[in-house]
Amino acid sequence: MSSILPPSNRLWWKESIDKTEWTWIGIAFVWGMIMFVMMIYWHIYGKQNLSNEAYKTTPEMFAAKAEKFIAENTIRKETDQEIPVVKVPAGGDGYLIARLWNWYPILELEKGKEYKIHLSSMDYNHGFSLQPVNINIQVIPGYEHVVKMTPTSTGTFAIVCNEFCGIGHHTMLGRIYVK
Amino acid sequence: MATTYRTCPASGLQFEAHAEKLMKWNAVVAVLWLLVGGIGALGVIMTRWPAFKLLPADQFYTILTAHGVDMLLLWILHFEMAVLYFASSTLLRCRLATPKMGWLGFWLMVIGGIMTNVAIFQGESSVMFTSYVPMQAAPHFYLGLILVAVGSLIGCGIFMGTLVVAKKDKTYTGSIPMVTFGALTATIIAVFTILSGAGILIPTFLWSVGLIKEIDAQLYRMVWWALGHSSQQINVAAHVSIWYLIPAIVIGAKPLSEKVSRGAFLLYILFLQLASAHHLLSDPGMSAEWKVLNTSYFMYFAVMASMIHGFTVPGAVEAAMRRKGFNNGLFEWLRKAPWGNPAFAGMFISLVSFGFLGGISGVVLGTEQINMLMHNTYYVPGHFHTTVVTGTTLAFMAVTYLLVPTLFRRKMIWPKLCQIQPYLFGIAMSITGLVMMGAGTLGVSRRHWDMAFSGAPFQYEWPGAAYLMMGMTGFFGVITIIGGALWIVLVVGSLLFGEKLDGGVVSDKPTPIPAATPAASASHHGSDHVAVPGTVVLAMALLVAFVLYYYVNWKYLSEVWLLS
Repeated sequence: MSSILPPSNRLWWKESIDKTEWTWIGIAFVWGMIMFVMMIYWHIYGKQNLSNEAYKTTPEMFAAKAEKFIAENTIRKETDQEIPVVKVPAGGDGYLIARLWNWYPILELEKGKEYKIHLSSMDYNHGFSLQPVNINIQVIPGYEHVVKMTPTSTGTFAIVCNEFCGIGHHTMLGRIYVK
Repeated sequence: MATTYRTCPASGLQFEAHAEKLMKWNAVVAVLWLLVGGIGALGVIMTRWPAFKLLPADQFYTILTAHGVDMLLLWILHFEMAVLYFASSTLLRCRLATPKMGWLGFWLMVIGGIMTNVAIFQGESSVMFTSYVPMQAAPHFYLGLILVAVGSLIGCGIFMGTLVVAKKDKTYTGSIPMVTFGALTATIIAVFTILSGAGILIPTFLWSVGLIKEIDAQLYRMVWWALGHSSQQINVAAHVSIWYLIPAIVIGAKPLSEKVSRGAFLLYILFLQLASAHHLLSDPGMSAEWKVLNTSYFMYFAVMASMIHGFTVPGAVEAAMRRKGFNNGLFEWLRKAPWGNPAFAGMFISLVSFGFLGGISGVVLGTEQINMLMHNTYYVPGHFHTTVVTGTTLAFMAVTYLLVPTLFRRKMIWPKLCQIQPYLFGIAMSITGLVMMGAGTLGVSRRHWDMAFSGAPFQYEWPGAAYLMMGMTGFFGVITIIGGALWIVLVVGSLLFGEKLDGGVVSDKPTPIPAATPAASASHHGSDHVAVPGTVVLAMALLVAFVLYYYVNWKYLSEVWLLS
């Protein structure tokens, strides 16, 4: 009879389902399938898919690779902290270290070129949040994530850390230049 | 153990003495945690409101951690224990299985909750609700959570045991009621959730005391979210049960189809647990195939289940109102619904807000590629404040308006304020959630003390609209907190000063639920079918909003940098 009483018809599973309900169930099912297919469709035809390329690493191994990259490609230093600005070779590999509490180094890219940006953390989880483009990627210690990205706009972009990483979290702001 | 059964004269519900006491105490402790969490909410919202920025960074992160733990775990789990005992012992009119174990579970949860809060307020465990390793909290932070988990697991066991008691004592015939079935769904999900929680929290505890050297940060996130997200699915199953419960009591609604609604709950049991993936879509460690299959609950079958409930719950209300004669036009049933009854009003606002805001935003946020636009932004708490707060918390608040007179035998004080409260809380929270999502769409981070980045080597200026949204978040957030505080005042005030009501007849033996007569079931079967055209229109509105918003976000995604 009611939702708080046992079903009045003991054989409730034999009752027929009304047409309206069947229709709604059908609509919900079809919509679910469309949404499911959309994700697969985007993997084939879409141009914004997060890379699957990732490797186990250690902070030491990743830092060594990043330092080598920085030493070879630095073009100038900025701010009174002398943060290196590193020009990533077009179509080449760039390294970005996330650590308490900065993104290191500053990367310089060119519009329309594809880059392989390697992301990893030296300590806690961090969040790569590219603004104002608004791309957000989790950065996890022990994992090197190789993200292929092609800038489609020029200017100065900020990397906000958007995974809580301690008391200095809000000062963890990095920079990417796109020429 | 000897026990007695009391039949409430107003509602006809039958309360067994042990179950009644356990329900009362769990509900009272739940309200106390809501109070603590609510004070935390004030600290959080007043700090994120750029015009005020109330707390310093360290206190902000401490309060934010406490707000998450106290609201998402302690308030909700204690209330759910009361719901489980109600849905088993009260609705099935039988004794509660092993009440002593119930008290053990209760005290484990109380002690665990206090222990974790002590750890947080000592200041060394500001690791957020999620406590991602390798950030480390004090050992008693984890130990407290483990005790809470064990306590709730005991509650789940008692619920299942009580179902067995009812079956054995033959206090009902046929199948268990829909609401009990929903509670059973919640329990099954809870067992999975709590075991996952044990699987990650116990090693993390051992790591915090130095017995384990390292925990993989990606593995932690995967297993932790099998606790973190699945525990919210317990809430979904619990509050959907309450959506069925309240109209059944207030206007005598019955499910449109037992088969459809129970089938939808079954889909929850089968697929909801996969939601751990929702939090890992922008992580390095999982393949795209894994993400797509899991984030969609294996091809959206759990979303389909929620859409079914979203149809059958208002459909049951419409059918019941039409049976009462409110048959004019598409929406007379809705206009003439008991909007002055806070239980009904709260339940309906919960349904609408959960469906339109929480549900749609959740599916969009959980779309593999679109997640990159919102991961870890303020959109995420915007989403879950329109599921867990306007969905679960508001449903729990609404059902309390029924429980105070029947369970606690007190008349609600200040009925006018009771009528206003669900509107104040529900609407303010919905708007807050919406502007939080707005700020998140513009990129504003969650769990972030200072959107002006003071002390950073560079500057970044958020768009003016983002500041506007954050200001609105603060304003409507404060109104929400006033609405929540009003509920606590009304409930606690009624428990202390409300007019005492007659408890009804007490008996040594349970009175079984009378079996439905063959005539009644024959008349039910087919003959009193009522069409629900108004619900069809509402459901279509949901679908249109869903489809439009879904594709708007694909459009946004297509405009960002190319990624592969």
